Amino acid sequence: MSSDPEAHIHHPNYVKIWVVLVVLLIVSVLGPLTGIRWLMLVMAFGIAFVKAYLVAKNFMHVNLEKRWVTYLLVTCLVFLGILFAGVAPDVMKHQGLRWENYAAKKAVESGSQASAKHE
Amino acid sequence: MSSRSIANIRSVTGIPTARLVTWWIIASEIFIFGGLLVSYVMHRLAHPEWAIAAANTNTKAGAFNTFVLLTSSLFAVLAHQAADAENGKKAAKFLRLTSLGGAIFLIVKGFEWTHEIKEGFVLSSGGFWSFYYTVAGLHGLHVLAGLIIMLIIASDAAKNRDLPRVQCIGLYWHFVDIIWIFLFPLLYIAK
Repeated sequence: MSSDPEAHIHHPNYVKIWVVLVVLLIVSVLGPLTGIRWLMLVMAFGIAFVKAYLVAKNFMHVNLEKRWVTYLLVTCLVFLGILFAGVAPDVMKHQGLRWENYAAKKAVESGSQASAKHE
Repeated sequence: MSSRSIANIRSVTGIPTARLVTWWIIASEIFIFGGLLVSYVMHRLAHPEWAIAAANTNTKAGAFNTFVLLTSSLFAVLAHQAADAENGKKAAKFLRLTSLGGAIFLIVKGFEWTHEIKEGFVLSSGGFWSFYYTVAGLHGLHVLAGLIIMLIIASDAAKNRDLPRVQCIGLYWHFVDIIWIFLFPLLYIAK
């Protein structure tokens, strides 16, 4: 038989949480209007993390699940971090001490020209 | 009292099997979308020309779709609340509203893509557009799948059948919402 810890949870005021999410969305859309690139990026991505947290906690009730569900999700994110750390040096650098990524350099050059043409 | 299938009764781990499966699906989806997003971030940082291409995406359409998905997530969790109260009819109503949100999202995406393709921005127009159509397309397929499953669950919920499934499809829908929460700044804001 079920021993579900979340069978009858206390449901918070979901409309209030939705209002907070919509306000955060408006702030992130207004970010580019500041004209300050770093502030716009911090606002957009910082707010994305806050929104994701609010949805995971209040709508998905991750905090009320068995603890290993959190461990499972965190493990997935750690592996993504490892993927980034392992691959990023190869993708993000276009030349090193004894090597050069001609294809990537060409892509940057031709991409810039193509985009400029479209404008 | 609602009838329950064995996946919602069986609970070896302390979590009903149906919900456990949903969490495993979400874990696998983290790798699918996470891998794509991590690759996108790496390439975006290494290719300055992608910012020029990104300037052509429609921020208003992206913001509207974010609003639609956030609202549909609200309906999904209200459906869960109604299912907890064993009110199948109310849960079904909220699930159908959630599906409507998904449908609006896909229609807006359709208009957006039509405009972009007419402008000459197609899958082969460069690295950015290749990622854009792949990630947004895969996300759109998830929205479509969720929408169809939700309508099936809603028809059962209306008869007070298998109400715990309302929470499972809700979890999936919230996850699809979270993916879009990250796609929005990546594809529409960072220009």
